[in-house]
This record gives sequence, C-alpha cells and structure tokens, in this order.
Amino acid sequence: MANPLYRKNIISIPDFSREELELVVETAARLKAEPSKNLLKDKLIASCFFEPSTRTRLSFETAVQRLGGRVIGFADGGNTSARKGETLADSIKIISSYSDAVVMRHPREGAARLASEFSAVPVINGGDGANQHPTQTLLDLFTIKETQGTLQELAVAFVGDLKYGRTVHSLTQALSLFNCRFYFVAPEVLAMPDYICEELDEKGISYTLAASLEEVIPEIDVLYMTRVQRERFDEAEFKKIQGKFVLHAEMLRHARENMKILHPLPRVDEIDTDVDATPHAYYFEQAENGVYAREALLALVLNETV
Amino acid sequence: MQYTRTVEALKEGTVIDHIPAGQGLKILRLFRLAETGERVTVGLNLSSRHMGSKDLIKVENIALTEDQANELALFAPKATVNVIENFEVVKKHQLELPDAIQGIFACPNSNCISHNEPVQSFFYVKAHVNDTKMKCKYCEKVFSKDIVVEVR
Repeated sequence: MANPLYRKNIISIPDFSREELELVVETAARLKAEPSKNLLKDKLIASCFFEPSTRTRLSFETAVQRLGGRVIGFADGGNTSARKGETLADSIKIISSYSDAVVMRHPREGAARLASEFSAVPVINGGDGANQHPTQTLLDLFTIKETQGTLQELAVAFVGDLKYGRTVHSLTQALSLFNCRFYFVAPEVLAMPDYICEELDEKGISYTLAASLEEVIPEIDVLYMTRVQRERFDEAEFKKIQGKFVLHAEMLRHARENMKILHPLPRVDEIDTDVDATPHAYYFEQAENGVYAREALLALVLNETV
Repeated sequence: MQYTRTVEALKEGTVIDHIPAGQGLKILRLFRLAETGERVTVGLNLSSRHMGSKDLIKVENIALTEDQANELALFAPKATVNVIENFEVVKKHQLELPDAIQGIFACPNSNCISHNEPVQSFFYVKAHVNDTKMKCKYCEKVFSKDIVVEVR
C-alpha cells in the first residue's frame, strides 16, 4: 500500500493527521541515520522561489541532490514571467509540466494552495506570505522528537513574537495533536492570536500566558525562541520591552537537564551567544535537520514506499 | 377593512421574505438578482408584525436552490424563502448555514492570492456562539462574518 503522503500536496500543517506527522518524523530520523542516494533518482524537482530565501531554498535543493534528484528553478521571482504579469496559475501549469514536483515560496498568502489546484504534480509549500511554512514545522517536530525521544505530553514554551510568527502558530497546531502543554511568553502587542487560543480551548488543551522567561524555564522541555522585530514597535515601546525576551546562559541554571532551546533562525540578539556553549542550545542542529525533514517529505511524496 | 396588496402576486418564482430591514439591497446586489433579466420586485421597510420592519424580494421565473437559499442565511438567518409555481408555494426552504460559500464575497485580506488569479473566492463557514466565522480556503485567515460581508 502506498504511504499516505504519496503524491499529496504539502500546503498547510492543519491538513496533516497525527500519523502523517509521525511518518515524516520517523522517515527523517531514518534518512539521517542511514543516508540514501537513490530515493529521488530520475526525479526532477522545480524549485520556484518567487521571493528570496536562503535556508529554505538551499536546504530543499540540498535534500533533492542528496537523494539523487535534480533541480530546476529560480531564486527570485523578479526574473520570471510573473513580472510580465503572468498569473501564478499559468506559471504553475507550465512549470509542473516540466517536473515531478514543485517546491515553492511566494509572497502572497494562499499561493501554494492555489498552485496545487493548477499543478499536474505535487506542490510543496516553502512559505506563502505570512500564512504557512509547513516544512519548518516538520523539521521542528523532528528536532523535538530527536532531543526528547517523544512528541507526547511535552511542556513547550514559545517566546517572542507570537502574533506574526507563522512558525509558532503551525508548531502549536501540530503539537496540540500530541497533548503537549504550552506556555506563551510575549509582549502584549505580540501575543498569540485569539484564533490559536480558541483552537486550543476547543481541543481542551491547557496553556499558560506567562509574563517572564525566567518563571517558565524550570517547567519546560522545549524553549522555542523567536525574534521580536524592532520595526513592529515605536522607539519608546521597544525600550520598555527590550531585554525582557532575551535569553542569557545564567537564566538556564534551573532548567531541566533534557531542556533544549530551538529557534527558526536567523537570530539577532534574543539568544545571547553565551547560550551557544550550553548543553541546552540546539538551534544549529535544528537548522541542519531541515535537510533531513525535507528529504523525508520529498521521498514520501515521490515514492509509494520509503 | 380595506386590504390592498403592496406588490402583485407572483405566478412563478421565488419570494424572499422577512429580510431584516436594510439587508434587502445588499442581497439583491450580492446575488446579482437584478442581472437575471427577470422582473424583480423589492419592498423596503415594509411593516412586519414580528420584526417591526422588514425587506422583501420577489424574483419572477427563478427558483432559488437549496444552496443559494442557505447562502442567504449569512445575512438573514430568519428570512423565509418560498418557491412559487402557479401562484402556489411549492417549496419552503429551511435556511441553514452552508458549510462553504463560493464566489460571492472577496477575501478581506488584501495580500490573499485569490484577488489576482483566475479563481473564485472560497470560505469555510463555521457558526460560533455569538458570531459566524469564515475561513478563506487560500490564505487560511479567519474572519468574522460581518467583516467579510462588508468588504464587497
């Protein structure tokens, strides 16, 4: 029987069942332990970045090449016929006729869902505006499983910009399938949006809105840090919150031994570099895991069995 | 007591009655009833025993389908939709909120891809306690019904 993700579009985390998330995580672990060179042999992947991205694009293209596939594509929509006014629907019809799968990033929300309606081959969303970035969530889940041995019933804190951070929203939705409990630590203007809290309420999942980073550190297994962007505040407001959501090594004294710190990167100053040397820092490994998670996803979408 | 009809009786078509006063023209516009070429009679601010005042729309020769009637439920959950044949009511639609609504409202999110591409808008509809929420299939943003309905 074909795996449940075979020939599926990968658009948004709420489309995934718990079993499908687990399948990606397990496959990523397997490909990390035992690299495979042939899973994408003779496959041509279109890598369509209508908006520039460094890590996501390079890690997708690395994943394709490590599995023996080949890549066509572009790294910036400015050089494509989109600039001449072609609709995305038309662009995708053509590109999908050349390739076995389309990986895409686009500045508008909903672009990947729309593309999947016009594509002859599976579409994998590498980020659509402020909406979804499912492969980031898959690599986050893989990293959490790798460090904690389970995804079940963990205590996870999200810190920083919880309002605009799409990675935070999708990861919360995904972990809510595994009975995790959440702590949200954010300035009031960047608090978790109501719709996410309502979803958690509907599912009966408990979460705590915490005022400071220090009070949650002893309680948690995973600390997920995000960047608070200066441009979201006026100068006076920023001064008030500056420093409140910054992690230093000495704040980790009461952390559990198994506690790991993740960050979707790039970081600016919300994690002091003195944290890098602590056994809790895991964000660089997390970035590396992006390649394995994307390998797993591509392998599952393009092979009946992996 | 003298009795006069405000509008003449309908032989074939649909009567949408008990529309909250003020919503009639909006319904006319969104459902493009005036563009059908058929005779449409609209009554605004008619007196109503239960509602105080109400709007009413009669469309000749067009029978609203169940799906179309349900789309009306977003504006006028208590409206009655009666399909008429040969001066008789042959169907009374019970309005129920639809699960999804397509092509009627534009997405309020200006950065949503649905605005510039050859697709119809599409919202999933979900009733909450005090509000109806609509989620755009494309950008996945969730809006209160009133916001979506006001945009267009």
